[in-house]
Amino acid sequence: MNTYKLPVTRIHLMAALGSLLLLFASSCKTVKEYQKNKLNDAEMNLSSRKIEKTEQNFQSYREGASGANGGKTGGGCGCN
Amino acid sequence: MKKLFLSVIFMYLGILASFSQSSPKSDSAYKSRKLTFEEANLVSSYYRQDGNNAATTGGTGSEKLTDFSNTIDVKFSLYDRHFRKHSLTGEIGIDHYTSASSDKIDPSTLSSASHADTRIYPSVGWTMENTDKGTTIGGGISFSNEFDYKSFGANLSFSKKTNNRNGEFSAKIQAYLDKVSLIYPIELRTNTGGGRGDDGNDYGSSNRNSYSAALAWSQIINDKFQVLLEAEAIYQKGYLGLPFHRVYFTDNTVHVENLPSTRMKIPLGIRANYFIGDKLILRSWYRNYHDDWGINSNTAQLETVWKITPFVSVTPFYRFYQQSGADYFAPYRVHTGPDEFYTSNYDLSKFTSHFYGAGFRIAPPQGVFNIQHLNSLELRYGHYQRTTGLNSDIISLNLKFR
Repeated sequence: MNTYKLPVTRIHLMAALGSLLLLFASSCKTVKEYQKNKLNDAEMNLSSRKIEKTEQNFQSYREGASGANGGKTGGGCGCN
Repeated sequence: MKKLFLSVIFMYLGILASFSQSSPKSDSAYKSRKLTFEEANLVSSYYRQDGNNAATTGGTGSEKLTDFSNTIDVKFSLYDRHFRKHSLTGEIGIDHYTSASSDKIDPSTLSSASHADTRIYPSVGWTMENTDKGTTIGGGISFSNEFDYKSFGANLSFSKKTNNRNGEFSAKIQAYLDKVSLIYPIELRTNTGGGRGDDGNDYGSSNRNSYSAALAWSQIINDKFQVLLEAEAIYQKGYLGLPFHRVYFTDNTVHVENLPSTRMKIPLGIRANYFIGDKLILRSWYRNYHDDWGINSNTAQLETVWKITPFVSVTPFYRFYQQSGADYFAPYRVHTGPDEFYTSNYDLSKFTSHFYGAGFRIAPPQGVFNIQHLNSLELRYGHYQRTTGLNSDIISLNLKFR
């Protein structure tokens, strides 16, 4: 029996991310400074942790993909 | 290695000593126009890996490698007469690695110069934040040096918050201008270059330049949930292979890895953090990646921060990664003469990887071990498994001083 695989293209992905953004945007409510107690927790930071720096380095050498994680995208080698 | 270890210990002690006298408490309403220390971070990591597909020996042989890495960053700030906040950061990193496969560049030597190396990478950065307008601009430069590789980097950034301070747009451009020493495998060296003379100093070199532009949007959804979307374009040009990577063809002839001189990478990422109740935080990250060498990949990471007390937390994490192979990859003795580009570097092969482990963080109000300025201590361990057989472990320590 033939199985049909849905091709996941970049356009599909962009559309999915765009829809997600719209969904988020529509459910947003304004949060005042005094209500940001939890958002200001150090663990809620929207970036990778400092302690992940070496992990990200070795992953960028051992894997073909890199970027979109706030880190550097070139420079240095360490590529043995 | 012993010297490096001692210098790291002295750097730690130096930072501790510099905070041994407490400074007067600053009034939060008063914006000091003097340069004020904000924080310093010491991050030390030990990494080890093993596998059996080293690129130096054509996709076969030991991938055993250890890396001891240390970085120290310091941040200062001051307000100018327009009450704009200037932040200055300085960082220096030192890595020392040993690599079994690098020793095979010239296997006739029992222990060649390439079996171990030290990389030093300083950087400085500056940002200026206008809190009234919600804008921040910044820039930085960096340098990295190791035996066969040098890199100069520069970056510029801009960000703007929305009027209600719940959303932020940011843009960043980066450039790295690198130089690769052309150290070929011993049997492929010629008298005219690309090899090592008796004095060991006559390597040729090639350039490798990387340029990237990143756009990001972060948005607060509610008082417990925030997301970040990031899109990046990275363009590389120059010598993108490594001269000591061997490739064995079907006829058993040996060649140096040959890859295209340009590469375009497009990663798209989304990060979402959610605070559940009072004790749990879910940190998630997903990235889709595509490049013109034929690699498509997906990365998903989930961390759960469990706050045992307000000052102690444990963070188990799991990261899944999957990639298709580059068009130019083939294993040992599979490439043939007509191939224009070829590599047997398994980092560019098709595989899936799993990375999991846990972190532990303490940040007591009186300071860690009652050392007032030692704000937090974090320890993290991770184990990495790749379907090609490569395994690695990493343990990291972060000490934050304030």
